[in-house]
Amino acid sequence: MISTDANSQQNRWKHLHKVLTKSGPYCDEDWVPGQETISALESSKILVIGAGGLGCEILKNLALSGFKDIHVIDMDTIDISNLNRQFLFRQSDIGKPKAEVAAAFVEKRVKGVKITPYVGKIQDKDEDYYMQFKIVICGLDSIEARRWINSTLIGMVDMEDPESLKPLIDGGTEGFKGQARVILPTLSSCIECQLDMHAPRPAVPLCTIATIPRQPQHCIEWAHQIAWQEKRKDDAFDSDDMEHISWVYNAALERGKQFDIHGVTFQMTQGVVKNIIPAIASTNAMIAASTTSEVLKIATSCNPYLENYMMYAGEEGVYTYTFEAEKKPDCPVCGNLARKLKVDPNSTLGDFIESLSERAEAQLKKPSLRTEEKTLYQRFPPQLEEHTRPNLGLKLHELVEDGEEVAVSDPAYTIDFRYKVIFSK
Amino acid sequence: MAASFHGGPTSKERKYDRQLRLWAASGQQALEDSRVLLVNSDGPLGANSTGVSGVVGVEALKNLVLPGIGGFTIVDPATVTEADLGVNFFLEEESLGKSRAEETCRLLRELNPDVKGDFNSEVRQPQRVEIFDLTLIIQPIADLLQDPDFLPQHKLVIISGPTKRSSLDPLIQRAQKQGIPVLYTHSVGFFATFSLQLPAEYPIVETHPDPESAQDLRLLNPWPELVATNAALDDLDSMDDHQHGHVPYILILLHFLEQWKQSHGGNAPDNYKEKTEFREFVRSKARTSNAEGGEENFDEAVAAVLKTIAPFSLRSTVREIFELEQCHNLNSESVDFWLIAHAIHFFYTTHGVLPLPGSLPDMKAQSADYVSLQNIYKTKARRDVEEVTNTVRQLETQLERRFPPIPDRDIEAFCKNAAHIKVVHGRQIPQISSNSDSITLKAIRTQLGFPDSLVSVFIATQILDGVVDEIQDTSNDHRSINDDALWKSHTERILALLTRDDPTPLDSDARENIHKAIQELRRAEGGELHNIASLAGGLVAQESLKVITKQYGPLDNTCVFDGARSRSEMYRL
Repeated sequence: MISTDANSQQNRWKHLHKVLTKSGPYCDEDWVPGQETISALESSKILVIGAGGLGCEILKNLALSGFKDIHVIDMDTIDISNLNRQFLFRQSDIGKPKAEVAAAFVEKRVKGVKITPYVGKIQDKDEDYYMQFKIVICGLDSIEARRWINSTLIGMVDMEDPESLKPLIDGGTEGFKGQARVILPTLSSCIECQLDMHAPRPAVPLCTIATIPRQPQHCIEWAHQIAWQEKRKDDAFDSDDMEHISWVYNAALERGKQFDIHGVTFQMTQGVVKNIIPAIASTNAMIAASTTSEVLKIATSCNPYLENYMMYAGEEGVYTYTFEAEKKPDCPVCGNLARKLKVDPNSTLGDFIESLSERAEAQLKKPSLRTEEKTLYQRFPPQLEEHTRPNLGLKLHELVEDGEEVAVSDPAYTIDFRYKVIFSK
Repeated sequence: MAASFHGGPTSKERKYDRQLRLWAASGQQALEDSRVLLVNSDGPLGANSTGVSGVVGVEALKNLVLPGIGGFTIVDPATVTEADLGVNFFLEEESLGKSRAEETCRLLRELNPDVKGDFNSEVRQPQRVEIFDLTLIIQPIADLLQDPDFLPQHKLVIISGPTKRSSLDPLIQRAQKQGIPVLYTHSVGFFATFSLQLPAEYPIVETHPDPESAQDLRLLNPWPELVATNAALDDLDSMDDHQHGHVPYILILLHFLEQWKQSHGGNAPDNYKEKTEFREFVRSKARTSNAEGGEENFDEAVAAVLKTIAPFSLRSTVREIFELEQCHNLNSESVDFWLIAHAIHFFYTTHGVLPLPGSLPDMKAQSADYVSLQNIYKTKARRDVEEVTNTVRQLETQLERRFPPIPDRDIEAFCKNAAHIKVVHGRQIPQISSNSDSITLKAIRTQLGFPDSLVSVFIATQILDGVVDEIQDTSNDHRSINDDALWKSHTERILALLTRDDPTPLDSDARENIHKAIQELRRAEGGELHNIASLAGGLVAQESLKVITKQYGPLDNTCVFDGARSRSEMYRL
């Protein structure tokens, strides 16, 4: 009985085992193929962050790449708009936690794999938790979560202990485009080094929204940001509540009529207030498989891994570009130099703080700032906030020297970001 | 579908929301009206082999069923083995020993109740999922082609390679004759390749150009209404700071262009040097004495100079379309695209420009000023559409077409995108064989000259095709896919073909690259890795979606993905 089972296992994985038991022309010369490699694969504990469009694919791909011990974290529940691509979910699963449904589905379908779900935030877990994994693979739509896990894994690296270095494989998609990247914490370019390659969309100026709308999107922003505050202050706006979206839609329609602006639709309203990014199964499949492929290569050394970035654009044929993103010595997370930040010395500290959320190289929403000598602005605790608030109206040149270093902290991240303030002339 | 509430979307619109933002209702309709044929295996690959596992095709179908393809047909005579369970997610333990087509179909169908149908072994049942369990038929696809109505039910054919030539050739030739696009795929170990065969002329209207490049503002050849609006703006200097800071940048540029022309013999800035001078001229007119120390609308004007101060010019791709035979010589059989293209060419020869797209980028301005400027563009665009429509209607009458009249919205969409239409000149699925096209061989030879080219992977899959073809076409062949002698003879055959038209011997680097690709390919002994098959299934579905919706730009015509080195390349072979 045992031998039959072993036979069946051998037959089941015969395609995969061929590339693990035979060397190839692109493998490292020192690589030893064989049973040891197969065991290394089967004993590698992998963490998947995100059980959405990429995560569903990644879980399936890992299970069918021979990994046996997989963990998955996701805080979300299943929504109807997930069903066009998140293929482990059905109509009857709407409202259930993604991590649990996805894990159970793949475990049932692929014999011998163990998938442990955790429904919650990555921030709930500490270093001891992340230390148990061999590789971390991310399929996220949030830059903030990526930056958090990136800085956490970099903070865990102990030069004396090679096991403390957890390769981070990251995938992301938007419409027909996407990217896959491999990060070896402290050794190669990290998420933070590459932050300016993923700049946020510029926000519409508030005065346009408030007084001179020209586009249907401006009307929607007005209804969402201003009208709601005026008329429904006591209801916390929930972008998943259809009644709330409908209210904003109707308010935006009215505003459009008033200014003779056409084109406000329900779909556009949802898109603007939820910041919806188009997503399809095929792009997710391509990117998820690229990331899993790198996990397989890193776990087994059966071929060289990606160094370190592959971007994909599918609107015009199949276009990919593979390159090595540079590790930046002034990266606030993995570098040891402060990052230069050009500022207008005559702008106020308040304006500067506001600009940090939009500047591609910072993207910090709730920053607190201090120099070596003094606290410029501190959000918590309230007494300190009150004490430092007057600084917001002061000009930068009244607070810092040209070239001075400023440490910025933000509640979303565990680390301080170091910037060197350079005055523009 | 459940009715919408609060004037919101239907549950179907909610389910498909994230994709409707890419291809809109028209693309979705095309998808729902389409049926795809997957030919997933065609017999064993030799002794000790069960044949192609066909995961690329199954994964591609997954990515088409999820967004709501109308229906699909799987042709696959194989039964499910242990090895299938290790690579194919759409099979389960209970599937062992059963028909692979039937089991795969059952589990794919669970993904989307909108993709209707049930198990049925009858051949003709349009709009239903059907399965052909043809274990007993030796050449299943060849037999199916006997029925002339079989292939035309499908809008696209996906074939999992390697497939022997005696099955492949009639299928791709028949599809070509009937104008049905074909994707031929391979996924072996860390490599994947696929080619797309499109009809000889494959037109696309909705190419979705980058909005920046799609702007056409006509600043150097404004029409009378735009000139009139601008003339009303004679006194910039007397405006207060608020008014001055809200003049739309288009009017700023038109205003200063007039001034420039007066001092330059009536000529607009023509070359880079003059344009930079003009840019500085505009910059110098911004007010800096105000509270902000500058003006956003002037900043926008300055930034737009190089891009927008250019005479209208027809893109070469559109010029080539206008020069095609189909565009010139219409007949009663001409399809809608060529009729509209002909009418637009007529518009171009009359006016020297294409119909105005009519969209206006956002810019700093008072709401009312922006809206009235936008109306000037929209009105002109509408007038251009009317003119083109009149020509189209005349042509329809003259030609005595038996097709229904071309829908107004199609003419409008064409006019809006006239500068970016595209015609792909489809080519047959490329192969390296004695009757290879000289273009194919030449393109491969050129690629072989680049040290990092992945074309060696394509060559290796061609050798694999030859090996499999010989095993499958020889009855009672007990050779395995790992037979060294077979590989050696087919490698020599293919290498000899590469020097058929160009007798210069391949250099040692090219030979080394081909040798390595063969070695990596043979490492997997013809087997698929789930992960690479899934990646290829993603790319194949992506191309299928573009072909079915007739939107964006399809592959022309071959793609190689190398999972060992995490790279891909495209070739026109």
